[in-house]
Amino acid sequence: MNFEEYAAKPLLSAAGIAVPASEIARTAAEAGTIAEKIGPCVVKAQVPTGKRGKAGGIALASSPAEANTEAARILGMHIGEHEVEKVLVEAQVPIARELYAAVLNDPVTKGPLVLFSPEGGMDIEEIAEKHPQRLMRLAVDIRHGFDRAAVAANLPDLGDIDESALVDLLAKLYAVYSANDAELLEINPLVQTKDGELIALDCKFTLDDSGVKRQEDLAEHGTPDKTTELEARSHAVNLKYIELDGNVGVLANGAGVTMTTMDAISHYGGAPANFLEIGGEAYRLSKEALEIVLANPNVKSLMVNFCGAFARCDVMAEGVVNAWKELEPDIPVFFTIHGTGDKEAIKMVRDGLGLEPYEFMDDAVKAAVEAAQ
Amino acid sequence: MIVRGNETVIVQGITGRQGTFWAERMAEYGTKIIGGVNPKKAGTEHIGRPVWGSAADAASETQVDATVLFIPPLGVKAAALDAISAGIKKMVVMTEHVPVQDVMYFLAAAREAGCQVIGPNTAGLVTVGECFVGFMPAFNPGIFKPGKIGVISRSGSLGTMVCLNLVQGGLGISTFIGIGGDPIIGTTTKDALVALDQDERTEAVAIVGEIGGGMEEEAAEYAKTMSKPIAAFIAGAASPPGKKMGHAGAIVMGSVGSYAGKKAALEAAGVAVVPTPSGIPEALRAVV
Repeated sequence: MNFEEYAAKPLLSAAGIAVPASEIARTAAEAGTIAEKIGPCVVKAQVPTGKRGKAGGIALASSPAEANTEAARILGMHIGEHEVEKVLVEAQVPIARELYAAVLNDPVTKGPLVLFSPEGGMDIEEIAEKHPQRLMRLAVDIRHGFDRAAVAANLPDLGDIDESALVDLLAKLYAVYSANDAELLEINPLVQTKDGELIALDCKFTLDDSGVKRQEDLAEHGTPDKTTELEARSHAVNLKYIELDGNVGVLANGAGVTMTTMDAISHYGGAPANFLEIGGEAYRLSKEALEIVLANPNVKSLMVNFCGAFARCDVMAEGVVNAWKELEPDIPVFFTIHGTGDKEAIKMVRDGLGLEPYEFMDDAVKAAVEAAQ
Repeated sequence: MIVRGNETVIVQGITGRQGTFWAERMAEYGTKIIGGVNPKKAGTEHIGRPVWGSAADAASETQVDATVLFIPPLGVKAAALDAISAGIKKMVVMTEHVPVQDVMYFLAAAREAGCQVIGPNTAGLVTVGECFVGFMPAFNPGIFKPGKIGVISRSGSLGTMVCLNLVQGGLGISTFIGIGGDPIIGTTTKDALVALDQDERTEAVAIVGEIGGGMEEEAAEYAKTMSKPIAAFIAGAASPPGKKMGHAGAIVMGSVGSYAGKKAALEAAGVAVVPTPSGIPEALRAVV
């Protein structure tokens, strides 16, 4: 789960990392009022995506009137797939130098990685490419936590940055990462002001989705993924559904089989209408799942692919067969069924729907693609 | 990591619904299930086997070669640390949605103690005709016919489908290694490939990968050193970038983890990359 800047920065300030004074505004008038309080400011679009500056979503304002004008321009603009609904009005900071700092979960070392570079203001890929020797990448043993001495020993040349203040800041950043089940916590840019102070000008925080259940209060402040009406309906019953723009509906168990069914549809010249998996404990929800797939008006045929390991094909097939009889959809459906409970499941499809499941997925997919055209 | 039929296995979480069901299936198939763990039911019996209060208690009474965890997400870290400190050297973690910082914690402890970990979020291991650990349908002869192909899969359901395709294509399976669908896991594609390279029952390997992460690329580097033939299917070619496709690990960020990158890396290592899983037996039949 991603957190926008305005929701992420309070985590930093609560840990003692300096951030500029700021307030959130939902109208241009509000932005003007905030600017009267805090003086020369920056008006920043709040959307859960990067590249806000390049898209024109960040503007300097030296007066309340200017803040009002800029907020009016930015509110309602589109950045990526997001419409700007709020702006952060933030005090301007006299920047001497831009730096970069982050802590993230690293699949290679299988532990936290602390990143720091005295070159900031560009994204981390660019820093790594342009200044590899000035990027510290320090693996941390999560059992022992942040190690000041190891960090100090690995820092690149700091110039006039106060090393002790910087190590303090990184220790606080690690503490925020650790306490909040972060997947990624990044300050870019971290700035050194003309007075030598270190201030976080931006913050990106991604909460580990598997950590949400022990971070419920925190998760209230995150930005839910942008969803369609059907996606929201599926999430409400704990189904993972993603709407796509094709016309062959997909109902499968397990993320791997579901993705593969989509790949096969695409390989044989069709286009999948959705991703929908009913793996794990969700395998009992095939009736709800079928209703959601069929609610998409673009669906012209349906491919049902069950390969039961943990999930039982008989339980899934029973749900689908019953729902099919109840909903009586006016489209053709194609089955392949193998794995745990497959014999019973195949019998249910034969007896209940008068259909013969295909032995091979490729053949069923070809038929489903053809039927949708 | 491979588990053999002569190795003793305990089930942490044996008294739960899934723990019970799969402990029975494993035992029926030939896995040496010697008991399980539930701190609240220590000293009792379940499915005719002892229940200990901890993995440490089990290991102090008898030899425990491996443990499998059917434990809810927030209990996994403590259960894993219990097994690691008990000196158990093989661990299979079934649970999905374990907080990643918990995973990193017990993986660090496991590494230090020399305990091999499969998972989390895995469907487990099958040594075909001998034993299985986890929840794979090893007992279904249409899916797990004995043979010479070693299979590595991030996904349980897709791994099942590939084993089915191998059997449909007239081949059989030596060992199935389900490594799990999480972004940070104990045994990587490369680690599993090394195990199958050294496994004398395995003559060829099927890699079942997914978009996201860099594990297939890393495995491709090792594949260059192998003489056993390899075929691979990578799921997710038709998945839109930036969206999580069910598995937490299956997400393409920028150019990292893309289908094209994985395909190119594997092909450069001489691996046959096929467009649908049914291509795997075709690619391997010619060479086995």
